Amino acid sequence: MAPLPRNTVRDALSVAVTVGAYGVAFGAASVAAGFSVLQTCLFSLFTFTGASQFAAIGVIASGGPAVSAIATAGMLGTRNALYAIQMAPILRVRGLRRVVAAHVTIDESTGVALSQAPRGLEAMRVGFWVTGLGVFLFWNLFTLLGALGARVLGNPASWGLDAAVPAVFLGLVWPRLENNFLRLVAVLSMAFALLVTPWLAAGLPIIASASVAVVMGWRER
Amino acid sequence: MSSTTTWTVLIATSAICLAIKLFGHYVPERWLANARLQRINALIPIALLSALVVAQGVVVKTHVVIDHRLAGLAVALGALLAKAPFPVVVVSAAVTSALVYHLH
Repeated sequence: MAPLPRNTVRDALSVAVTVGAYGVAFGAASVAAGFSVLQTCLFSLFTFTGASQFAAIGVIASGGPAVSAIATAGMLGTRNALYAIQMAPILRVRGLRRVVAAHVTIDESTGVALSQAPRGLEAMRVGFWVTGLGVFLFWNLFTLLGALGARVLGNPASWGLDAAVPAVFLGLVWPRLENNFLRLVAVLSMAFALLVTPWLAAGLPIIASASVAVVMGWRER
Repeated sequence: MSSTTTWTVLIATSAICLAIKLFGHYVPERWLANARLQRINALIPIALLSALVVAQGVVVKTHVVIDHRLAGLAVALGALLAKAPFPVVVVSAAVTSALVYHLH
């Protein structure tokens, strides 16, 4: 067995703390959207995939129906299935461990695990578990702090939370825009969402924008 | 908004998101090997997150509304272009938006 990959643990923990910290923004935004502190904490414990959580509460906050919130969150979560397919043969776990592994299969745990490939299989596993469980711990802790803070602070517009949430989405999409084709997809999706906004019920433009992904991804390029 | 709505969203979202993750861990690899499916799936987060920027940044219900939030988003964009770390992006957007909100 290889020595404990100390650099891997350090990488994983720094990601866990940084990413976990913006659980504060989720906690605050969720309470501002009308969810209770308990519901907000349950969201982070059981949904545990940031973009989907922000999407669900965001659709509700903008007056969309429950079904739009759920569908948008679900579609954003589909990428985790692809991460899981990549991680399963690396982790090789069964039973309860497999369920726990599934729950912490997110952008960050997969990203750190795959980035450890040059350090070997054991480093990839350590990277996955330390990042996944670390983000879980800090994300939930900071969600609670944000939720409690929002109750004290009141009107979300007066401290900028209503701009922080779209900034979170911008910050999440930004690192994915690796080439001009992907940037084009992003711009087209924004334009499409703007265009259909007056014609569709609140929340639906977000789901409808998936059609941009289907059209743009249909043909090989 | 009723508590039935919030509980429905919470429980359904959690169930679906966990089911998706479990599906990926249990399904045979070849099931999702289709190239077209993978191309589209890679673009889905980009499309949805971009639409969410618009929906949360310049929309109120079903109307396009330009207000303090856009100022915050513009600063966030500038921070990203300057390669600022994620927390700086979010906090600078919030501070800018709050300032514009109070100046009006």
